[in-house]
Amino acid sequence: MIGVTPEEDLAIESRGLTKRFGRQTAVNGIDLAVPRGSVFGFLGPNGSGKTTSIRMLLALTQATSGSINVLGRRMPARLHDVLPRVGALVEGPAFYPFLSGAANLRRLDTADRHAPGGTRAARVQLALERVGLSHAADKKVHAYSLGMKQRLGIANALLLPRELLVLDEPTNGLDPQGTREVRNLVRSLAAEGTTVFVSSHLLAEVEQICTHAAVMSAGSIVAQGTLAALRQVGDTRVRVRTPDTQSAVRVLTHLGLDPTQTQNDRADPDVVALLRGTHWQPEAIVTALVAGGVRIRGFIIEEPSLEERFVALTGEGFDVVQ
Amino acid sequence: MSSSDVPPPENDVNPTHRGVGWDLLGSEIMVLFRRRRTWAMLVALALIPILLAVAVRLSSSTLDPGEGPPFLDRVSQNGLFVGFTAMVVAIPLFLPLTIGVVAGDTIAGEAGLGTLRYLLVAPAGRVRLLLVKYTGAALFCLVASLTLTVSGALIGAALFPVGPVTLLSGDTVSVTESLLRSLLVAAYVTVSLLGLSMIGLFISTLTDVPVGAMAATIVVSVVAQILDIIPQLSWLHPWLFSHYWLGFADLLRQPLDLGSFGQNAVVQVCYAAVFGSLAYSRFVTKDILS
Repeated sequence: MIGVTPEEDLAIESRGLTKRFGRQTAVNGIDLAVPRGSVFGFLGPNGSGKTTSIRMLLALTQATSGSINVLGRRMPARLHDVLPRVGALVEGPAFYPFLSGAANLRRLDTADRHAPGGTRAARVQLALERVGLSHAADKKVHAYSLGMKQRLGIANALLLPRELLVLDEPTNGLDPQGTREVRNLVRSLAAEGTTVFVSSHLLAEVEQICTHAAVMSAGSIVAQGTLAALRQVGDTRVRVRTPDTQSAVRVLTHLGLDPTQTQNDRADPDVVALLRGTHWQPEAIVTALVAGGVRIRGFIIEEPSLEERFVALTGEGFDVVQ
Repeated sequence: MSSSDVPPPENDVNPTHRGVGWDLLGSEIMVLFRRRRTWAMLVALALIPILLAVAVRLSSSTLDPGEGPPFLDRVSQNGLFVGFTAMVVAIPLFLPLTIGVVAGDTIAGEAGLGTLRYLLVAPAGRVRLLLVKYTGAALFCLVASLTLTVSGALIGAALFPVGPVTLLSGDTVSVTESLLRSLLVAAYVTVSLLGLSMIGLFISTLTDVPVGAMAATIVVSVVAQILDIIPQLSWLHPWLFSHYWLGFADLLRQPLDLGSFGQNAVVQVCYAAVFGSLAYSRFVTKDILS
């Protein structure tokens, strides 16, 4: 049968992907579905099986059971067709410390038989420019800072135009500017049509750049979908900042909301109410508050944050499920 | 039929660019010979004949025939023997040590740096990577042997008279022919080390710690030489990869006897085949966790 099979819309698809090391199950039957053209956040606390999953997707390790398709091809059987179209940063950058940044990229580029040698020097230069490392191209990598190595690792993934980029913790070790640049880079790559699969334990990062996400916990995927869908499970709230706390509570209660007072670092507590289950639009609430004589200093709509959802799914603090 | 069997779409990576991939071999050789460690080992090898020659030159006492390492007594008469003497001195320990470092580092070194995962994701191909790594190690064997030969010839010519060489069989050959025989000895020694190189490559696929693989390879070469001197194990001796290591003296006879060259080559090819298969079966299924 010729036709669009589901696999062709997906850059990465796994079914029941499992990896066991001895008795320990590192990845437990995950079904990943990464749509083509998406920026897909692969979230989870440290040790939840993200990197092990990525190693299986890239055929670095063998799955104990389950199947993988990357760019519509079975892995690891078709890795020689698939991997040249995939750029990857896996578990941190790794380079030959005694070679310069540019020499390192040339070295790794020769490993790919599809990479044309004639354009190598130019492609290396371009990739270095793209991550802002041109000035350090001829410096030995042992003199690089962690952030520079991280950029060089990203440059390595960009040596050829790729259909899929797999970036494992791409902002590790980067300063705020570097993090921002990586975010912009991912956005521009996504705009060119590249599917980007980003693993991270940093929610803010994923929240800012991703269209889709999956959350891993203790080797299993506990949530997966578009970012909007993941967020929707949480609750939208209004937060009113006012010196007239009592009046505000009265007005909101009158509107059918269930306001509570929350302490903050200012003298007057904020008044917070869930919007779920009411038909009130924010502007109507403001109108009602003003009409009720409440002096408003601030009125904030709080969208449900991914962080709350993440913590609800994976546990609080260091207490993550092992 | 799953979509994985569908012919490649047009946005596939251009398959015409898929070459044999000699670039990786070039890069491997470049990385190997750009390392300071490689140079340090080659310089140390070059120093062996230099030390020998200087010591002989400075000492006033002449050696009786047969005293000291083989050929040493002839050095003061003919500088061309410096290279042979140095070879005999270097073969039991120092050459295997350098081979152990290079061969033990092949895969484990990449794993230790973490670059192994990037080479494989590129994708280098696991079999191709093994072949490239082994070729690099074999090339190092050749360069190491030639270093000893060339350094020996140069220092010998500088410090001692050079003239027609009296071979072990008593015949005399011209300087040109004796130089050719030196190259033949270098070839013999290179071939001698190919078995050990493959053993090192295999050990290197077993670990992510390059120093461990290097040490293990060197230990293997020492153990083989110990087994080779235990008379009770004489049945084993022809099968030891180190058994023919010092057999290049046959190349210094007239007429030229290539018998030991051939036997040596057969043993080395056997070792390369066995340990090559082991390295292959280990490496293609290995989980790369480094």
